[in-house]
Amino acid sequence: MDLNLDAPHSMGTTIIGVTYDGGVVLGADSRTSTGMYVANRASDKITQLTDNVYLCRSGSAADSQIVSDYVRYFLQQHTIQLGQPATVKVAANLIRLLSYNNKNMLQTGLIVGGWDKYEGGKIYGVPLGGTILEQPFAIGGSGSSYLYGFFDQAWREGMSKDEAEKLVVKAVSLAIARDGASGGVVRTVIINSEGVTRNFYPGDTLPLWHEELEPQNSLLDTLSLNSPEPMST
Amino acid sequence: MNSIDATIAEKGLMSSEMGSERTLYPYVTGTSVIGIKYKDGILMAADMGGSYGSTLRYKSVERLKPIGKHSLIGASGEISDFQEILRYLDELILYDNMWDDGNSLGPKEVHNYLTRVMYNRRNKFNPLWNSLVLGGVKNGQKYLGTVSMIGVHFEDNHIATGFGNHLARPILRKEWHENLSFEDGVKLLEKCMRVLLYRDRSAVNKLQIAKITEEGVTISQPYSLKTFWGFSAFQNPTKGAEGSW
Repeated sequence: MDLNLDAPHSMGTTIIGVTYDGGVVLGADSRTSTGMYVANRASDKITQLTDNVYLCRSGSAADSQIVSDYVRYFLQQHTIQLGQPATVKVAANLIRLLSYNNKNMLQTGLIVGGWDKYEGGKIYGVPLGGTILEQPFAIGGSGSSYLYGFFDQAWREGMSKDEAEKLVVKAVSLAIARDGASGGVVRTVIINSEGVTRNFYPGDTLPLWHEELEPQNSLLDTLSLNSPEPMST
Repeated sequence: MNSIDATIAEKGLMSSEMGSERTLYPYVTGTSVIGIKYKDGILMAADMGGSYGSTLRYKSVERLKPIGKHSLIGASGEISDFQEILRYLDELILYDNMWDDGNSLGPKEVHNYLTRVMYNRRNKFNPLWNSLVLGGVKNGQKYLGTVSMIGVHFEDNHIATGFGNHLARPILRKEWHENLSFEDGVKLLEKCMRVLLYRDRSAVNKLQIAKITEEGVTISQPYSLKTFWGFSAFQNPTKGAEGSW
């Protein structure tokens, strides 16, 4: 078995950003892997850039962390000089500049999401290469491969906050079910005019999908219930 | 950006100095662009797809953009590089306008500028990974040209990039003629786009057609083409040769 513990930390990941009527919902899984080993099973891939703008990180953990650190620094300066909160577009463009100008060295796909008073809730995708695309919703990371079809069918314009969050949680949960590089808990961040809300959905709160079984404490619990049949098939 | 700590900015985080600087491969790409001269100016067509390898990842990418008063640009290849080219052109047009001298850059000049940019990047082994189509009308003169990622550039009555080189050019060679009407021009472009939709794996059925005339630029709303699958041979193609395709 290939347990290369020196492999670079990569967040296989599933990341999602969705706009709704009034703001945005960002979602992510929590698995960081080093080769086949899960280095961190409860990572937080949704990073704060400013009070009103957050970033979903995927790909190389190191690359995405350093990019987010620099952009946070630049945005702090920008906010002081501007005299008011930075807009989501400015944050996204800073992310783009670093991603584009260092495209040969970076391997990170990012989703910028936030709320500002000019444009309301906005989501910007910045995939590998540094393209910037404003989208009503964005998906990224290795787990997103399993969600293209799901979103093609389930996405609607003008959802409510609760509908949007339920959609994000369902989607991340589906991706975790099929992508080995995604796992752990589902974290969401909701950003709107009122502020920011962080939510946490551990595995036992998520629905079960195909071929998944209800978790139990021990075999012994079921054994004692069905007394005459200790082992079946 | 001028108040950002100068040392950090110079050390290359916001510029492209650090490390090996050769673009190795594109990530998010657009496919063919087709352009033709017609009676009143230029018509250009491109679909709205942004592919990520074999995945048709983005389906609303605008690959046709107006430049200044007299030009229209269409791009295939890496979208991030196209976005950077649009920024260069924005600056070019801004400086042109700032002269405030009644003159404005025409399509020929913009094409020449792009050629220099693309060729100089190619010489540094760090190309902008695009094939560009530049069309426009100025003072009644129609202009249609192309520049590739290695700086190859030329003008013609009809231009195609990517798969369009192979699939659209034969159609255009046969059916293009001087003084096409707008309707015939659009039909010709749609014929080419439909073939590309059938035969180019990275084509997406959502396209825009842009028109530029002396009056200005119009880019259509996105729309989709109907496709035909009613050939009888399509019903049972392997009858009599089971296992074949």
